Amino acid sequence: MKTFLTTTALVALGLAGPALAEIKIGASLSATGPAAFLGDPELKTLELLVEELNAKGGINGEPVELIAYDDNGDPNKARTFATRLVEDDEVVAIIGGTTTGTTMSILSVAEEAEIPFISLAGAIDIIDPVKPFTFKTPHTDRMACQKIFEDMQKRGIASIGMISGTDGFGASMQAQCKSVVGDYGITIVADETYDPKDADMTAQLTKIKGTEGVQAVLNPGFGQGPSIVTRNYKQLAIDLPFYQSHGVASDGFIQLAGTDAAEGVRLPGTALLVADLLAEDDPQKPVVAAYKAAFEAKTGTPVGTFGGYAHDAFLIMTDAIARAGSAEPAAIRDAIEATSGLAGTTGIYTFSPEDHLGLDLSAFRMLEIKDGKWTLVE
Amino acid sequence: MRLTQKSATLLALAVIVALAPLFFPSSFYYRVGALIFVNGLAVTGIVILTGWAGQISLGHAGFAGIGAYACALAPVHLGLHPAGAVLLGAAISAVLAWLVGRPILRLKGYYLAVASLGMGILISMVLNNERDLTRGPDGIDVPDLGLRGALKAAGLDLSNGQFWYFFCGIALLLGAWLALNLFNSPTGRALRALHGSEIAARTVGIDVARLKLQAFVISAVYASVSGSLLALQNKFITPDVAGFMHSVEMVTMAVLGGVGSVAGAIFGAAVLTLLPQVLTVFAEYEQLVLGTVMVLVMIFLREGVVPSILRKIRGAGE
Repeated sequence: MKTFLTTTALVALGLAGPALAEIKIGASLSATGPAAFLGDPELKTLELLVEELNAKGGINGEPVELIAYDDNGDPNKARTFATRLVEDDEVVAIIGGTTTGTTMSILSVAEEAEIPFISLAGAIDIIDPVKPFTFKTPHTDRMACQKIFEDMQKRGIASIGMISGTDGFGASMQAQCKSVVGDYGITIVADETYDPKDADMTAQLTKIKGTEGVQAVLNPGFGQGPSIVTRNYKQLAIDLPFYQSHGVASDGFIQLAGTDAAEGVRLPGTALLVADLLAEDDPQKPVVAAYKAAFEAKTGTPVGTFGGYAHDAFLIMTDAIARAGSAEPAAIRDAIEATSGLAGTTGIYTFSPEDHLGLDLSAFRMLEIKDGKWTLVE
Repeated sequence: MRLTQKSATLLALAVIVALAPLFFPSSFYYRVGALIFVNGLAVTGIVILTGWAGQISLGHAGFAGIGAYACALAPVHLGLHPAGAVLLGAAISAVLAWLVGRPILRLKGYYLAVASLGMGILISMVLNNERDLTRGPDGIDVPDLGLRGALKAAGLDLSNGQFWYFFCGIALLLGAWLALNLFNSPTGRALRALHGSEIAARTVGIDVARLKLQAFVISAVYASVSGSLLALQNKFITPDVAGFMHSVEMVTMAVLGGVGSVAGAIFGAAVLTLLPQVLTVFAEYEQLVLGTVMVLVMIFLREGVVPSILRKIRGAGE
């Protein structure tokens, strides 16, 4: 069946015109399933960018073909699709792995086949220790913790309470925050958790409120949990600085939590969320504005941090292919590693053989919600 | 007649495993084949439990989870060889199935479905939440089995995909052979008798509760080994392997192909493993197509695809 389809497609292409040397880029994303709110904008972003690029004449005159599969957020499927991309579709590079689980599955296939792979997932394990062919675009949760603690330090906060989700994101960030908190002279005096499906977190928050010496509260979490925490925080009239994570850096969070409850909440976000507020000479301004305009015109939905990760992965990949001047996987890999000062929506990327993330803390902007809008702190 | 059917099934299976690679357009299909065999093994266990003993389990993915995580954890924490970990996982699954099944299977009706559902969810929760041990929802690395390297040293150089294709294929053949032997043994006959009528089976002196328990334990071992093979093959595993949807998938595969027949169940596993690969072009409609196929099979081919068609062919021949 599959062979038949492929053959038909090939025949159709053959009839359409002389075969072009296409650059095939593969993707395995979680466009449906539990991680669809991440994977769907990622897929739409890649489709949009491929269209744009080919309209401009492709890379060095060669058109790019995107072969994208939907892995439902299932690591086993992701591995199968990664194998398919490598063995059957014979792509020169892979973008994808919406979640940490799917990324780890694709990673082992890509490393074995020696195909450059850019992940869109958060965990630090993906690039630490560094693997030769694996890169990633989102900052790690450790960096989010550092950015938040830096801001707390500036405000003279020395002891905090934490309330974390028990999902993969929340738990991983909770652990990372605990491991770096000492560097900032801050102590965690209350440490609570909630299940991401819980409908009320007042019990945990009451406990934090009653703890002696808490000067601020931090909520590492993902999805709807943090919105509920934010509403409960307001209901309990806790009058302390409140920090969220980059996991909820989208307009959806303000809508879910309510403008009133979200007032004054701070979180580390990307330039994409405050595209209009960026200074004219900000190096990220042009790329952020262009992506925002194109994405919103095409899909009718606001841009989000996650689509931005896919944007940056595609940008890094195509930039590397152009500089390498060839579509050989090893040449692309070397070119990615030589990327320097490339402005994306998430930050400015500079890779090296020791650093396959390429971002530093400056990629995060400390944002505060005021009157239901994101504003830049400082 | 029965004996020839057993040999025929095994022979057909062996021929397919051996010759299918000749028709593979690319080495990607080794991966798909290996997945079909792994699923086929789990589904063979479902045939024993559901097709022959007439019991339904909605928590078999839990056993697959135990098998998978045994391979991830035992080599690291207990210093066990991964092959030993497969056996350990199977043993743990068997003991757990025995503990859960013993009180439940004394009852008549579908209590096992509810009990196993709860058990499966519990296992999945433990794998998700015991982060210090299992590393939580982000998954954990699984050590290499080492057999491929040993084969290479012995002069047989297989690619990763080829190795797992043949390894899982042989495992499935072995599993099917054991199941078909069971089918023809006194235990197998007793199982089918109790599926036909529990009261009649009891009247002729069959220990109904003990037999059901045996079937449950055996099928748990099948699921556990399939989970282990998946983990070793992927070298990485997440708690999804123990998730409820995976349990439902196993039952669906068995019912689609024919829950009373080993060949049918393996056919069902093949169809449901291949379908998502064929349907990538219309990924959004995948669930719709799956649902429609299931409904049509249930209406027109009530025993499952393979047994219904075999019956039709035989009926026409007579």
